Amino acid sequence: MISVYHYMSVAAILFAMGTYGVLTRRNAIVIFMCIELMLNSVNLTFIALSRHLQSMDGQIFVFFVMTVAAAEAAVGLALMITFYRNRDSIDVDDMNLLKL
Amino acid sequence: MYDKLWLIPFFPLLGCIINGLLGKRFIKNEKVIGAIGTGAVFLSFLVSCKYFIQLLGDSVKSHENIVASWISVGNLQVDWGFLLDPLSALMLMVVCGVGSLIHLYSIGYMHGEEGFYRYFSYLNLFVFSMLMLVLGNNALVMFVGWEGVGLCSYLLIGYYIEKQSAGDAAKKAFVMNRVGDFGFLLGLFIIFWTLGSKHGVWTINFVEISENAHLMSGDMMLGAGVTTVATLCFFLGATGKSAQLPLYTWLPDAMEGPTPVSALIHAATMVTAGVYMIGRMNVLFAMSPTTMFVVAMVGALTAIFAATIGFAQNDIKRVLAYSTVSQLGFMFIAMGVGAFTAGIFHLMTHAFFKACLFLGSGSVIHAMHHALHHAHLDDDAQDMRNMGGLRKKMPVTWATFGISCLAISGLPFFSGFFSKDEILWWAFASTRGSMLVWGIAVIAAFMTAFYMFRCLYMTFYGEQRTNPKAKDHIHESPWLITLPLVVLAFLATVGGLIGIPHVLGNLLGHIPNKLEHFLAPVFEHSQKLHQIEAHGSAATEFGLMGFSVVVALAGIVLATIMYIRNPELPGRFTAKFSQLHRAVFNKWYVDEAYDALFVNSTKNLGIFCWKGFDVKVVDGIVNGVAKLVGALAATLRHTQTGLFQNYALTMVLGTVVMLAIFILN
Repeated sequence: MISVYHYMSVAAILFAMGTYGVLTRRNAIVIFMCIELMLNSVNLTFIALSRHLQSMDGQIFVFFVMTVAAAEAAVGLALMITFYRNRDSIDVDDMNLLKL
Repeated sequence: MYDKLWLIPFFPLLGCIINGLLGKRFIKNEKVIGAIGTGAVFLSFLVSCKYFIQLLGDSVKSHENIVASWISVGNLQVDWGFLLDPLSALMLMVVCGVGSLIHLYSIGYMHGEEGFYRYFSYLNLFVFSMLMLVLGNNALVMFVGWEGVGLCSYLLIGYYIEKQSAGDAAKKAFVMNRVGDFGFLLGLFIIFWTLGSKHGVWTINFVEISENAHLMSGDMMLGAGVTTVATLCFFLGATGKSAQLPLYTWLPDAMEGPTPVSALIHAATMVTAGVYMIGRMNVLFAMSPTTMFVVAMVGALTAIFAATIGFAQNDIKRVLAYSTVSQLGFMFIAMGVGAFTAGIFHLMTHAFFKACLFLGSGSVIHAMHHALHHAHLDDDAQDMRNMGGLRKKMPVTWATFGISCLAISGLPFFSGFFSKDEILWWAFASTRGSMLVWGIAVIAAFMTAFYMFRCLYMTFYGEQRTNPKAKDHIHESPWLITLPLVVLAFLATVGGLIGIPHVLGNLLGHIPNKLEHFLAPVFEHSQKLHQIEAHGSAATEFGLMGFSVVVALAGIVLATIMYIRNPELPGRFTAKFSQLHRAVFNKWYVDEAYDALFVNSTKNLGIFCWKGFDVKVVDGIVNGVAKLVGALAATLRHTQTGLFQNYALTMVLGTVVMLAIFILN
């Protein structure tokens, strides 16, 4: 029987993987995908707990998260394309114009 | 009946505003500006005359006219109110009367000066302030006038704005007056607080203070009576305004201003404000024999000290300035020995003859200036060594100047004789007087006669020492200048007749002492209450009178011997006592001593505050804070790598730490 612990464990593993990716990768697209991974691990937590607690609140949150994630993806990708056009790169280490 | 009192100060204020705002751009014409200025004061004079006559015929001698409420805070109620009583009425006549004449004179004297409108605007403002001072029914309105005349004095001393010395003199006058004003305020606070907190009479109204003054007779403060402390504070104010020791040094320097200003402000009116103030508060002063003694002694010492300096000055206006200081000393002697009437009497006669002397000197300077200018010489137009023998050239000026010299020396039947003699008599015979004060005053009277005739002889008699090129260009001044001289000389001659002493009046057929009778409602009460009176036989009084006349004559004779008969005598004398002469000539080095003691130490304190405190401490703190923030930011900047993953890592680590704390707890 798959219990809520299993779901939570998977979500935790996914979240950790996402965090690791965000911290270590240099490619902005990959970092972006890692952030999506983190968001979705949170979604998974919400869904699992929603079912476990027999409450719809968590599922409502998930819709919000997905909406925000979609908007974020749209804005983020637009930024990256613009950046790539200017600098021929989407390496985050190159994004240092504001540094003194 | 007395509800239009406010008109008296109103006219000069109006004149000041009109000339001040419109004079430069719109009126321009000297005659119109002069007419507005003079007319304003003359209108005040007419209104004053009306009220003066009305007061003479009135049985009630004290009238208040409240115009508006000014300050109303808690227990303190201050009105814009005016008080007409014999004392203020007499002062009104002097201020407006002499003021009008001097305004008239100024039209002639200031002709062609740059800033003619400015001069008349200031002069009107001065008369306004002086009238506020005189008419104020409470100490605060008086203080407004008190400060106002100080301001106008400052503005008019520094009238010749292109002269460094004039600016310096103006500043000196203002600062020294501030020292005195501080005393005036302290005295006022003491009276207000003592009457209010101890006796429940919260007031600064003169009439109410006088009525309730007796309540304070037992109160102590700083180991002395409250009235003693308060009146000494007031007297400090008087020494500043009226140029007494130790605050007199500004007055001789104030001669940098135009001569009519010296006549109006620094001889006839403003400098007598201190005397008037003591007269106004005579009830308080009479309560403290200590203060009265201090007043008399300071007056006596000033009278003799200033007279000695007058001996050796060559600038005609400076001689008159020291003479003014000395004569003010006489007035304070009078106030100090309880001869309030005599003090005010001398104030009045002094206003006549000293204004006449100053205006006469102005007439001479005017003529000298034009002659020297005509001959393209830059000799000093005020130095008596450049004058001499002007009698023939300027007969009217000579005659009026001479009459005033006779009056100030105290020759019989000139005004100065009556007033000065009254003071000497009281100094001798009053219950508050003493032989010491009398002795000093007599010596000062002798010196006065001497240096005034020295001045007269050096200016109008003997060889004409003017540069030959300018000699023939000296002419008598125009009528605008001579008319006020003649009027003032007339007043200086007959002005004393309103105050003929009783013994003389009895002898001449029961002529009453009109002035004493007139001022009695103001002074009689406190004199009776504290047994202040002059008592002695008629023979003694006649003897003293004769003695003072002999003393005055001796001074005149000595001056005649030294400056007419043997003109080489003064030179021999100064050669013999050269050190003494140098000390007197340099005014006993008082200015230098003040510089060393007060001025330089104040300056050094200022420099310390500037370079030591302001630059190092204040600026140091401000700049230090900025530098600290800068240094901190330079250090903390290194944490901002610009690599967003560093920030993300920090966030994650922070989250881990917070979670750890949360879980472990």
